[in-house]
Amino acid sequence: MELALLVNLLAAGVRSGTPILFATIGEIFSERAGVLNLGVEGMMLMGAMTAYGVAYGTGNPWLGVLAAMGIGGLLALLHAFVTVTLRADQVVSGLALTFLGTGLSAVLGAPLVEIRSAPRLPNFRIPFLADIPVLGPIFFDHNVVVYIGFLLIPLAWFYIYRTRPGLELRALGEYPAAADTLGINVIRQRYFYVILGGALAGLAGASLSLAITPLWVEGMTAGAGWIAVGLVIFAGWDPVRGAMGAYLFGAIRRLPLDAQNLTFFLKNPTLGYFMNMLPYLFTIIVLVISSREAMRRRAGAPAALGVPYVREERGA
Amino acid sequence: MRKERLLLVLTMLLTFVMLFSACAAPAAAPAEGESSDSGDAAEAPAAESSIQIPETVDGKFNIAFVYVAPIGDGGWTYAHNQGREFLEAEMGDEVATAYLESVPEGADAERVIRNLARQGFDAVFTTSFGYMDATETVAEEFPDTYFVHVSGFKKNETNFSNLFGAMESMKYLAGMIAGARAAEDGSNRIGYVAPFPIPEVIRHANAAALGMRQTCPDCELDIRWIFTWFDPDLERQAAESMFDAGASVVITGSDTPGPVQVAGERGMYGIGYDSDTACEVDPGACLTVPYWHWGPFYVELAQSMMDGSFAGSDIYFDVDSGALGLLGFMEGQEPMAGVPESVIPQVQDLLAQMQAGDFTRFNIFTGPINDNQGNVIVPEGTVLTQSDLEGLSGIEGREDCTICMSWLAEGIVPDAQIPE
Repeated sequence: MELALLVNLLAAGVRSGTPILFATIGEIFSERAGVLNLGVEGMMLMGAMTAYGVAYGTGNPWLGVLAAMGIGGLLALLHAFVTVTLRADQVVSGLALTFLGTGLSAVLGAPLVEIRSAPRLPNFRIPFLADIPVLGPIFFDHNVVVYIGFLLIPLAWFYIYRTRPGLELRALGEYPAAADTLGINVIRQRYFYVILGGALAGLAGASLSLAITPLWVEGMTAGAGWIAVGLVIFAGWDPVRGAMGAYLFGAIRRLPLDAQNLTFFLKNPTLGYFMNMLPYLFTIIVLVISSREAMRRRAGAPAALGVPYVREERGA
Repeated sequence: MRKERLLLVLTMLLTFVMLFSACAAPAAAPAEGESSDSGDAAEAPAAESSIQIPETVDGKFNIAFVYVAPIGDGGWTYAHNQGREFLEAEMGDEVATAYLESVPEGADAERVIRNLARQGFDAVFTTSFGYMDATETVAEEFPDTYFVHVSGFKKNETNFSNLFGAMESMKYLAGMIAGARAAEDGSNRIGYVAPFPIPEVIRHANAAALGMRQTCPDCELDIRWIFTWFDPDLERQAAESMFDAGASVVITGSDTPGPVQVAGERGMYGIGYDSDTACEVDPGACLTVPYWHWGPFYVELAQSMMDGSFAGSDIYFDVDSGALGLLGFMEGQEPMAGVPESVIPQVQDLLAQMQAGDFTRFNIFTGPINDNQGNVIVPEGTVLTQSDLEGLSGIEGREDCTICMSWLAEGIVPDAQIPE
């Protein structure tokens, strides 16, 4: 009985942690390149809305996913232009992006609220693997987006830590002046990673509206974007730890629900309120840490995070 | 330098975008505290400039609606907005409507409501519990403007009414359907997604449990508190948690139709809430939806305001008002495919009695009723009062509750508790 509960709990964690995983890894790329993007929530919402609309219009959910990644990338391009080219404050621009995405998705998505039947991404039970006791139901009986998430984790890790472009990416965030002297085009590469981060945030939104909570309702991310931004810090800008955090977070959301009627579990009703508070708490932590250099350093942030790159200026 | 000027322009543009989009953005900000006296002196500039008071239309009876969520929430506010559109369609010649969405409860709401009255609106409808005190205050200040507050219990003698309805009657019928389904499936277990431990939600869950026991005396109702009205992921997870625990039907008391979708994915059944579109996510897995149909009441209230017969009152309607619906059982509708044949005539019969006014919420909450621990809560022959149903105590002008709505009915799993 207890084992079945644990399996259900972890399976739920993997499932509902997947959108957070995409957004977290996207934000890791962006921040590794030295650009803090607080617009994740807005990009996710635009992605979710676009994916749902395109999937409904074309009948093909995969086109919806592509469109969502496109719109996420487009919004991130705006952020890149403002922060990389114009060197404006990254926090302000990111917040504005969240407001923009939230508002725009609400306005443009208004007609979609009444549509309840857009095609969804399929569930896929992996033959044989899904039959393994315990591990099977936790990992191998899910929607396809969950498997995309599984693939993304090692890919992102390998890219960042074991490839030449990954090394350049880390240099961008740690010491862009040095990267520049090595012939790396800092501006162009920062654009690339910010847009990549936006595309992944768009994918996160699409995975929500087409798979995990397949619907379009205004504000449907309910703070997941902020959770992702916060997770990046707790994960120390590492995609594997970010993924574990995302899955853990999914499971933590489920835990108080399962535990409500279990006598062996400490009944703690305030847990529900606490969970609802987390996105806001994370936001505050992110803002505090990113606004103070000493704290940034202690948390292990890329040294040049939040600092616009000006060629030939001293320091980072 | 050119670049700096560009930056300045862009920053201003972004600021503008922020202010502008905050109008449409769901209120992420926590609700402010009680309406305070300092509200006017220390106004939050962003909130003040972001909520644009709409214009009135000359020569018409102008009604403004204040919504707590975006109209695209697909649930509570969506249903209210459908009601507003119904009112426009019915009385568009004489009535003009406007609405404000995502208005935070508390001091902001009071300012918004006051500004609407000052702007010259003839009536203001506020549709969230948290607007109650603000509406009362402004109603005192503007005796010539009509005010209607939905889901509260305050009023005055002249221009301020409250409005709510006996959704518990529909939840009772939904419980009957769910019970019949669970009996047929052999699971003998249904689930209820409960948003908050407040009298309204407890009353609805209790009504569902009592209805369930009518058609399935051996059934148990599982319950999950989620502490939110709106969180698509959490609502789904609550449903999954109860399906995992053996339920074959889940009834939701929160806003999105997510639990119905989960039911479809599992080959089980779900019952939605709030809006009559909730079944469209998966018609094959959806048994019914108890929904609100605010339109007729809006029309009736607008008419009474225009002919001067409006007086401040407690309006708590039941099924005979026509403002409550049960998908599949109203005129011109067919029961959904998953509803067991055996229960259809039973539900139709009781619904007909409700529509005739012969069976009301008070019939549901008539003793003997035990709680889920087996204690007698409502003794034989006792009927709960309206104050008991709403769990009211210490409110001026209303009698206190003697059996307050802080118990879970027999049929709900014995382990379930009401969180503090």
